[in-house]
Amino acid sequence: MANVERPLSPHLQIYRWPVTMATSILHRATGIGLSAGTLLLAWWLLAAAAGPDYYAFVQMVLGSWFGRLVLFGFTWALFYHMLSGIRHLVWDTGRGFTLPVANRSSWLVIGGSVLLTVIAWILAYAWN
Amino acid sequence: MSNTKDSMRSPLKSVRGLGSAKEGVQHWWMQRVTAIALVPLALAMLVALLKLAGADHATVAAAFRNPLLAIVALLAVLAVFWHLRLGLQVVIEDYVHTEGTKVVALLAVTFAVFVVGGIAALSVLKLFFGA
Repeated sequence: MANVERPLSPHLQIYRWPVTMATSILHRATGIGLSAGTLLLAWWLLAAAAGPDYYAFVQMVLGSWFGRLVLFGFTWALFYHMLSGIRHLVWDTGRGFTLPVANRSSWLVIGGSVLLTVIAWILAYAWN
Repeated sequence: MSNTKDSMRSPLKSVRGLGSAKEGVQHWWMQRVTAIALVPLALAMLVALLKLAGADHATVAAAFRNPLLAIVALLAVLAVFWHLRLGLQVVIEDYVHTEGTKVVALLAVTFAVFVVGGIAALSVLKLFFGA
């Protein structure tokens, strides 16, 4: 191993984050979050299959303010990952890589995911 | 596939085929297949769950007697666990560089996917058959 001080590429913190950097890492972060959230879905299905008593318990946990907060985050992560995933599928066709388009689609994914999350929760309260 | 005079690629690149993992583009392709499947499946599940959000047990049990919801739920469970297995594999391979730890992590994710996915699928089936 040479002990020479080699030049290093600047660390992540040095850069002023372009929006595309944020949407890129958010896709991975929401993917990991959704994987964890899928445990909740399995738990809820298991509770429904187990019977009324256990189902009531799980509903109480998920319906608490903290449960709702987690589910709200799950909903946003789902919409974000879905829209960002569609963006990835468009990229798979070789389109949308120019800087202006990539910046615009970044903001579209962010804005769209927030909007759809709010709509979904308005529907949830309207239906129940 | 083109190997005209213009191409810088040698035919060996194609001929040797499937690469070091012997799976070729299988991982990449199945990630896309499950992703496309999950757009309608996840949306349908979300709508169903939003409608059932405040429902009591009897209402939920009755809803899953509907074969349409049952099959959508089963397919969604299959696609989502498949998709997250592929995704978490990439994350692990990117960040875990110790060979032993990496293999153990990949095994753990794979087993967890089968166990939890199996529980979810069995729960849907039990609700559907009303057993």
